[in-house]
Amino acid sequence: MTVSEFARIPMQDDEATTIFEKGAPGRRAFVAPPLDVPQVDGLIPDKFARATAPRLPEASEPEIVRHYVRLSRRNFDLDSGFYPLGSCTMKHNPRLHERVTALPGHAKLHPFQDPARSQGALELMYNLERALGEVSGLPHVSLQPSAGSHGELAGVLLTRAYHEDRGQHRTTVLTPDTSHGTNPATVTMAGYKVVKVGTNPDGGVDVEDLKAKADENVACLMLTNPNTLGVFDPNIEEIASIVHGVGATLYYDGANLNAIMGISRPGDMGFDIVHFNLHKSFTQPHGGGGPGSGPIAVSDRIEPYLPVPVIERVESGNGAGPTFDLIEDDERRPKSIGKLRGFQGNYGCFVRSYAYIRSLGAEGLKDASETAVLNANYLLAKLQQAGVAEYLPLAFGKLCMHEFVLSGAPMKKELGIKTLDLAKRLLDHGYHPPTVYFPLLVDEALLIEPTETETRETLDGFAEAIVAILKEAKDDPSIAQSAPYSTPVRRLDEAGAAKNPVIRQPLG
Amino acid sequence: MADASYPEDLLYHPEHDWAKIEGDVATFGVTWFAQDALGEVVYFDPPEVGTTVTKDEPYAEVESVKAVSDVFAPLSGEIIEVNTSLGDTPETINSDPYGDGWMVKVKLSDVSETDVLMDQATYLESLS
Repeated sequence: MTVSEFARIPMQDDEATTIFEKGAPGRRAFVAPPLDVPQVDGLIPDKFARATAPRLPEASEPEIVRHYVRLSRRNFDLDSGFYPLGSCTMKHNPRLHERVTALPGHAKLHPFQDPARSQGALELMYNLERALGEVSGLPHVSLQPSAGSHGELAGVLLTRAYHEDRGQHRTTVLTPDTSHGTNPATVTMAGYKVVKVGTNPDGGVDVEDLKAKADENVACLMLTNPNTLGVFDPNIEEIASIVHGVGATLYYDGANLNAIMGISRPGDMGFDIVHFNLHKSFTQPHGGGGPGSGPIAVSDRIEPYLPVPVIERVESGNGAGPTFDLIEDDERRPKSIGKLRGFQGNYGCFVRSYAYIRSLGAEGLKDASETAVLNANYLLAKLQQAGVAEYLPLAFGKLCMHEFVLSGAPMKKELGIKTLDLAKRLLDHGYHPPTVYFPLLVDEALLIEPTETETRETLDGFAEAIVAILKEAKDDPSIAQSAPYSTPVRRLDEAGAAKNPVIRQPLG
Repeated sequence: MADASYPEDLLYHPEHDWAKIEGDVATFGVTWFAQDALGEVVYFDPPEVGTTVTKDEPYAEVESVKAVSDVFAPLSGEIIEVNTSLGDTPETINSDPYGDGWMVKVKLSDVSETDVLMDQATYLESLS
């Protein structure tokens, strides 16, 4: 097909009406029952009360349902198709988890409920903490952080508290040049200066560079292992000893934990602090909204500084079962960094993750990681066959862990299409594109993570789509350059969106 | 975006910056290769006039649709002029990297530093 033929493929839906443009004045989906208690006036002082009512959408229930169903159909999600977004671990979200999370005892639990009347929830959280402690090899866990980046901030604040408690005022944090963008952002938020550590030819930390930069000013090294190149760093013990040798802490970014669950443990590698992304490795739905969860696990020396409240298990001693309590008083937790957010964290994520861990068990988690690595290597082998490898070579190493990075530089040079064009054309084949242009040290990077929940047929289909796009580009690069054609909107003006963002919906 | 080009009258730095020398004043910018690798530039964070810049050290930031990147000083000195028009039209860095896309003018502190920069032929060779 030519570009003009593709352009004739009808749009699925090009209507862009917002909910504010739907409905009519006075139309509604719900009528409140008559007031059956005395009306109280003056609760809100005049200076805080609105002079005029806000303009809210006024629509019928069918209009509302159709509006949001239409929007959801314009979205590409994991339930629609393959979503190999590197470093994001877009694995299937088992439906069992939704069923247990919707149980009224979980879903209707109020965050202000007294601990004495929420024992089941506290027990679940306590047990999840123990399970995460076992997976990471670091026994003390806080479930509070609400995202991976929030867990990172907690980890660096714990590092700061640890050093300051020892009377040390350190100023820098080391991050590899392959690190997630959140790492330097976290370091800056926590008041430290970022110092970059280089990458060796095999894709791991440049140990000589680390030695040169590790000194008494360094508070912490933040590391992902396997890193964003999908490479497991075999020098991790030496790295840990260099970092500990200057008195710094070693932080494990758990974004890539899906590669090593049940196989190796950050605590055993010498890490002091790790964060988990429950929305990655442990199946909380993500990508397009929904709450995240970024618990942290720490070693004994970091434990005194954990956020409050901490969950305590109290043995009854009289034959009855244990009870669970929330501890946050200064007397018992004097060195805590304090609260990271209101309440205990995103509880629904805990229920799903606990259901996942208990459904799979220790062997099942290991199997999930092994299959994730196998799937990634299978897809990598498919994409390193003749006809693909010369345009999209593997950036580092020969084998990978749970994800791998290809470089689109030869493709750009030989075929005239960039990684972005390939990514956009994949949408027309029904696939969500992989992560592009990250990690930054790989030219025209394409970061692919298939996860363990995809079938061999899906992986084959994805590889065939890439072969087809490369073949098509040999004949006519303009097809990929103008893609996508079959999506609700065509190529977006990314520069315009960055320069002139419209972030508020004008009312009316 | 124009085709690849590397003017003969410029000196080049391995971080893909160029310098145009006029006496003890140099104009800095990024090369065609750099703007092509960055992709569409959406923001230029300029330094202030009077700031001291050091050879091989970052002196400004550019943000493209892909990433935020440091811009490295090819030579040392003091900034005497900044291209303020890049604030409104940073895309000029893509469309005219050697002309209206220039970034700063610097009074050089050590003109002999130019000796280690590459000429056009050497830079072209480093790209291939």
